[in-house]
Amino acid sequence: MSSNEEAEGRPLFSYRTLDIAVALFFLVVCAIVMVDSLRLGITWKPNEGPRPGLFPFYIVLAMGIASLVNLAQALPRTPGGEKTATTVPGIMRMAAIFVPAVLFVFATNYIGIYVSAAIYVGTFMVFFGKFPVWKALAVSLGLAIVNFMMFEVWFLVPLPKGPLETAFGY
Amino acid sequence: MDELNALFGGFAVALSAYHLMLMVIGITLGVVIGVLPGLGGANGVAILLPLTFSMPPTAAIILLTSIYWGALFGGAITSILFNIPGEPWSVATTFDGHPMAQNGKADEALVGAFTASFVGAIFAVVLITFLAPVVAKFALKFGPAEFFAVQFLTFASFIGMGRGSAFKTVASMCLGFALATVGLDGVTGTLRMTFGQDELLNGFKFLVAVIGLFGIGEILCSMEDGLKFNGAAAKLRMDAVIRTWKQLPRMWLTFLRSCIVGCWMGITPGGATPASFMGYGIAKRLSKRGDNFGKGELEGVVAPETAAHAAGTSALLPMLTLGIPGSPTAAVLLGGLLIWGLQPGPLLFVEQKEFVWGLIASMYLGNVVGLVMVLTCVPLFAAILRVPFSIIAPSIVFICAIGAYTVNNAMFDVWMMLAFGVLGYLFNKLRYPLPPLVLALVLGDQAESSFRQAMLVSQGHVGIFWSNWLCGGIMTLGMVMAFWPALQALRAKFSGNGAVARTA
Amino acid sequence: MIRRGVSKPKTIAAALAASACLAAPAWAQKWEPTKPVTLVIPAGTGGGADQMARFIQGVVQKHNLMKQPLIVINKAGGAGAEGFLEMKSSANDPHKITITLSNLFTTPLGTGSPFNWKDMKPVAMLALDQFILWTNSEKPYKTTKDYVDAVKAGEDRSFKMGGTGSKQEDQIVTAAIEEQTGGKKFTYVPYAGGGQVAVQLVGNHVDSTVNNPIEAVGQWRAGQLRPLCIFDAKRSTYTNKVTEKEAWSDIPTCKETGLPVEYQMLRGIFTTKNAKPEQVAFYVDLLQKVMATPDWKEFMEKGAFNQTFMTGPEFEKWLTSAEALHADLMKKNGFLATQ
Repeated sequence: MSSNEEAEGRPLFSYRTLDIAVALFFLVVCAIVMVDSLRLGITWKPNEGPRPGLFPFYIVLAMGIASLVNLAQALPRTPGGEKTATTVPGIMRMAAIFVPAVLFVFATNYIGIYVSAAIYVGTFMVFFGKFPVWKALAVSLGLAIVNFMMFEVWFLVPLPKGPLETAFGY
Repeated sequence: MDELNALFGGFAVALSAYHLMLMVIGITLGVVIGVLPGLGGANGVAILLPLTFSMPPTAAIILLTSIYWGALFGGAITSILFNIPGEPWSVATTFDGHPMAQNGKADEALVGAFTASFVGAIFAVVLITFLAPVVAKFALKFGPAEFFAVQFLTFASFIGMGRGSAFKTVASMCLGFALATVGLDGVTGTLRMTFGQDELLNGFKFLVAVIGLFGIGEILCSMEDGLKFNGAAAKLRMDAVIRTWKQLPRMWLTFLRSCIVGCWMGITPGGATPASFMGYGIAKRLSKRGDNFGKGELEGVVAPETAAHAAGTSALLPMLTLGIPGSPTAAVLLGGLLIWGLQPGPLLFVEQKEFVWGLIASMYLGNVVGLVMVLTCVPLFAAILRVPFSIIAPSIVFICAIGAYTVNNAMFDVWMMLAFGVLGYLFNKLRYPLPPLVLALVLGDQAESSFRQAMLVSQGHVGIFWSNWLCGGIMTLGMVMAFWPALQALRAKFSGNGAVARTA
Repeated sequence: MIRRGVSKPKTIAAALAASACLAAPAWAQKWEPTKPVTLVIPAGTGGGADQMARFIQGVVQKHNLMKQPLIVINKAGGAGAEGFLEMKSSANDPHKITITLSNLFTTPLGTGSPFNWKDMKPVAMLALDQFILWTNSEKPYKTTKDYVDAVKAGEDRSFKMGGTGSKQEDQIVTAAIEEQTGGKKFTYVPYAGGGQVAVQLVGNHVDSTVNNPIEAVGQWRAGQLRPLCIFDAKRSTYTNKVTEKEAWSDIPTCKETGLPVEYQMLRGIFTTKNAKPEQVAFYVDLLQKVMATPDWKEFMEKGAFNQTFMTGPEFEKWLTSAEALHADLMKKNGFLATQ
């Protein structure tokens, strides 16, 4: 993965950038939990033991300290840190599955998970797998129908459904 | 040997064409349930419940326990092939199972996992057959302090194993603990970290996090590396079973250790999920090839699978003798018993002899039938890897979304799954270890409640953890485990010094 | 049924049944579910509510009482708040019903979750679940008085009471007992489920529990636990022997043994707020069919339930007074949410 990076495309993020971002994410989580822990009380009550906030407070305190160390280790410009973590084409490829996945989940709220999934799988096959449309249609519809039968009819697990399923009486 | 006589009587009950047919149906369903993260034992019961009313209780329990075996077997399949744990107890199977699949050894990993499951289950069934009353009495000794000691030991046996930065391990583990505290605090009944959001009431469920971190994270990594799923290179050879079985005998010690760990965790009841982690942790610590764990070592598949299946099977024991289910699926079986008019509890073994021994005999038979069935299907499972990536990838996202949704029937969890996916990708990239996070998430709230229950009992004195031999022993063992890496380093240092001294 | 003339208690039940049946045809069309009905359990698997809900599901399927399937879902988050909020948010979907326990009242008060039983439409009270004071049979306490005296004589907080959850029914009962122990408090140890509580008592990790009958009956029959008294106004009506010597009716009430505490828990069914009268009538009818089965009677006896059936305004009146009672008890013991 390291040798042909240049050939693969323009670097986007270095490990250093990502390390800093993740360490900051940890610190944000740490701050959020601490605020609520303090509200709940972090003392040791006589006869009862720790109050609800004690455990989370010290846990995120440890997390915060560890994250500060991680941040401090990431900050100096080291050769290792400057290595490319992701390239533009890499991110694009990930986006190719992730952005439609977000749309798929979003659409599930309105048209139900089965229709949404059929569209998602079908589109991905056509645009990314370069499958002919009829194959994509067959696979995506088949997948949605098999899952529908399995969850709704057979195992009686209700999943989000939309107008189409309602039209069929589900 | 009253037990042997009773057991043969049980075999006479269980061994009929009708019962064998029920086993095959049950195991098939169970494997489907185990493979799909959206289905659990409760769903299997839902579709079979009407059927069981017209059956005698023995036939009904055979059908339902077969689902249970099937699910235990099936959980490993998606863990190995796609890095998605179908059931919580197969998370640890992904650590080495998926790398094996990426190295083109998916079939070996599957055979290893299935065989290990079988061994674990049989060990546990033998234990149930001969030691049920003793074991049930032992389980009664576990109060809050002992529960905490067991959870501590699980954690200790897993800690400090990562090769990466210690600070990243700590951060990852603490994040798991922090996520586990979201929701209702069972000890005081107050809501924590929910900030008035209804969606957070239920907290972050283990399965949602795991599906995201492992399943979606893996998809993102595969996509970044290019359009391929690494396992696709797997060649299908029909001799996988023999090839794998040849490697297994030298792992007898791992098998034994995991069997003991699994039975212990199933009875106490720690559950199958912690058992699998503990089995993996101990094997990595003690095995000669421990350093290779995580890179696709067969022993790393065998250890957690044996422990998980041993725990899952022995978890039926407290259910039958005490009426407390050791796992969610056992809870559903418990419901089944009640509907057929059987009262689980101390008297079940006395009043319903025929039923109990029929059940125990069916445990042997069910596992044998199950093993034969899943082994025959190994080439079929491995062939799934040949499906083009552009079909597999979105389908996995779809299945993962279903899995995340069904945990709480909430769309919020599906969004969380996507978020965990991104986190999983980043953690992978930056070498934050995932196992400590996952383990903290699954054990965090249990460990915290047992600790605080113990504190209530002892009026706030920490000494309670060393108040009797059982609890104190486990805690001490946990301490040793926790400091094992440090001890090893120390030993290496001393022997290193010695070597230097000699050469000088 | 009425014409034939039956004994008095049955007449009341029959009249109730008839009123519900008569009420239904008053609306032009009789409603039936058009898709699977979801039964939301605001509690975890294995507890009393879960057992009853899954039992109802089993009976409905076994006797084919409904054309559409009945699906059971556990929504236990936030002491059941998750399940109730789900009911509240789907006010327009009459295909959802829920089974309640006391957390219907205690959860909004104890956690501050924004819901109230008035956010749902009451269908029927199925039964009242009893509470019994249990101790380990190895302990020397033969009667309630022995035990209460021991608590009074012991040091404060030295007796441990195990129970399900925190600030819920078990702790409320415990707090009520504490009023009768001369200022001596219990150490209340909360566990996740009723089955576990009973086993902890067998293992002597706590000194007593207030388990529901069905949660501890197995251990009682095996001679591991001893029931001291039942928290009801009068003794149970089930006279069949449960253990070799005793029946449920042999357990004295707490009041007659010098511990004047009464508490019972609602096992009732609710549907969503905007359900139409004919929809409520369908569920009432369905539940009556369930309750008419021999399976149900057996289940009631096994769990020593107090069989009280209520619907309509009577049930709503009961709910209003029970809510006030819980608010009072929770306030008195400082269990209210602190925000």
